[in-house]
Amino acid sequence: MPWKPLLTRWLKAPIFLLCLAPVLLLARNAYLQILGANPIETITHETGNWTLNFLAITLAISPLRRWLGVPELIRYRRMLGLFAFFYGCLHFTTYLWLDKFFDFHEIVKDVWKRPFITAGFLGFICMAPLALTSTAGWIRRLGGRRWQMIHRLIYVSACAGVVHYYWLVKSDVRKPLLYGAIVAVLLGARLVGRAPSLRRPPRPPVLAQ
Amino acid sequence: MLVKRGADIRYSEVTPKSAYINRRRFLAAVPLAGAALFTTRAAAAAKLAAIKGPFSTDEKPTPFADVSTYNNFYEFGTGKDQPSKNAGSLKTSPWSIHVEGAVAKPEVFDLDDIMKLAPLEERIYRHRCVEAWSIVVPWIGFPLNALIKAVEPTAKAKFVAFQSLYDPKHMLSEREAGIPFPYVEGLRMDEALHPLALLCFGMYGQVLPNQDGAPIRLVVPWKYGFKSIKSIVKIKFVEKEPPTTWNLANAREYGFYSNVNSTVDHPRWSQGSERRLGEFGKRKTLMFNGYGDQVASLYGGMDLRKDY
Repeated sequence: MPWKPLLTRWLKAPIFLLCLAPVLLLARNAYLQILGANPIETITHETGNWTLNFLAITLAISPLRRWLGVPELIRYRRMLGLFAFFYGCLHFTTYLWLDKFFDFHEIVKDVWKRPFITAGFLGFICMAPLALTSTAGWIRRLGGRRWQMIHRLIYVSACAGVVHYYWLVKSDVRKPLLYGAIVAVLLGARLVGRAPSLRRPPRPPVLAQ
Repeated sequence: MLVKRGADIRYSEVTPKSAYINRRRFLAAVPLAGAALFTTRAAAAAKLAAIKGPFSTDEKPTPFADVSTYNNFYEFGTGKDQPSKNAGSLKTSPWSIHVEGAVAKPEVFDLDDIMKLAPLEERIYRHRCVEAWSIVVPWIGFPLNALIKAVEPTAKAKFVAFQSLYDPKHMLSEREAGIPFPYVEGLRMDEALHPLALLCFGMYGQVLPNQDGAPIRLVVPWKYGFKSIKSIVKIKFVEKEPPTTWNLANAREYGFYSNVNSTVDHPRWSQGSERRLGEFGKRKTLMFNGYGDQVASLYGGMDLRKDY
């Protein structure tokens, strides 16, 4: 198909820039001082939202490859996953710095005592080994099967992220429930996809690039 | 003869830095539709004259632009920026307030009549939200006790119950907001009679913007912000502790008293510190929001861990 080289080769740079847009927009608005009355809260919420968005987009790649019949989408999965980690890092840094001012005693107490912080922390921690082992070298070293096992941690991250959001809001749970539904569909799609593939012999995982 | 004269402008006439900085910030925000809407509405707000009242803090008031765009008013949206965008549909005139229950002189007041019960005062209070942010606001109103005295409560009046307007046509449903409506609040009689408790009609020299609880709200500065009920339509004197909205929604997290208390954490976050809007760092939260000298005696002998 004529659009496939476009998908595999020429779109990566524009997509990369598009993924940076939320943080660039945030930086611009911070510079213009139009982040609202509570800028630090805005930054916390925005970076948190985009972490969840990118987790969901990353999780959507595998089902979309199958449903749309475009296996080339795999080329973007690593980048999108790393963007989830990137926004997660920004979110976590905002908490460490602008909320807690590196008061580690307070932070440990928070993670221990407050379930919504615990959930968010768990989700973030689970992303770290995935980012670390995202290179082709690590896939080789670990072997595709083991690598894939480890990278199922993203399911934990996405679920923990949704729970973190749900436990955070005071009463209006519409948005956390929406995220919950999206993640449920994306994880459910894997179960649906799993059944027929059991009949076929396991294929080696497709390596990204 | 050339006589040297001083500048034509007195120092007191120079625009304070905070004002022109705010104007810049304001101009930067104008391209946003919501802010543009807000500009026109702010310009149209009616002035409200008041004498200086007691109990004012000398802390710097939070900019009006922040206090009028960062609101918890769940009837108009659960996001902080939504009430200022959606509260335009609130019709504040005519407005009547039903004052009833255990009183000798129940009455349905017109807003104008209630405003004549006592001279309007400006009082600059600290305002601490249960979500650990705070503001300083020059409110305009008079002590709630002026209204209470006017209706002559009977011996049965142990508590005062307040109710907000609920207009489902223009407001969120209970399901959307996640809390029951109409919004209700309550005070014990001695709390309601306390001279700090303010019946409020304006702020920053003008009538309340809709999103800040127009045309009549309560301000109870030693309690978390949600006790300061907005857009009041009913005040009822009762014998038993009345239900309160956030307590109905989540009793474990929000008690009837809800005094600002840095030693009793919200189950999900610390109440030990707060972010004053406009400040980068956090400041320590004061017991009773810094009004302990005035109100601590109301709670003598009570266990504030239990009665949170």
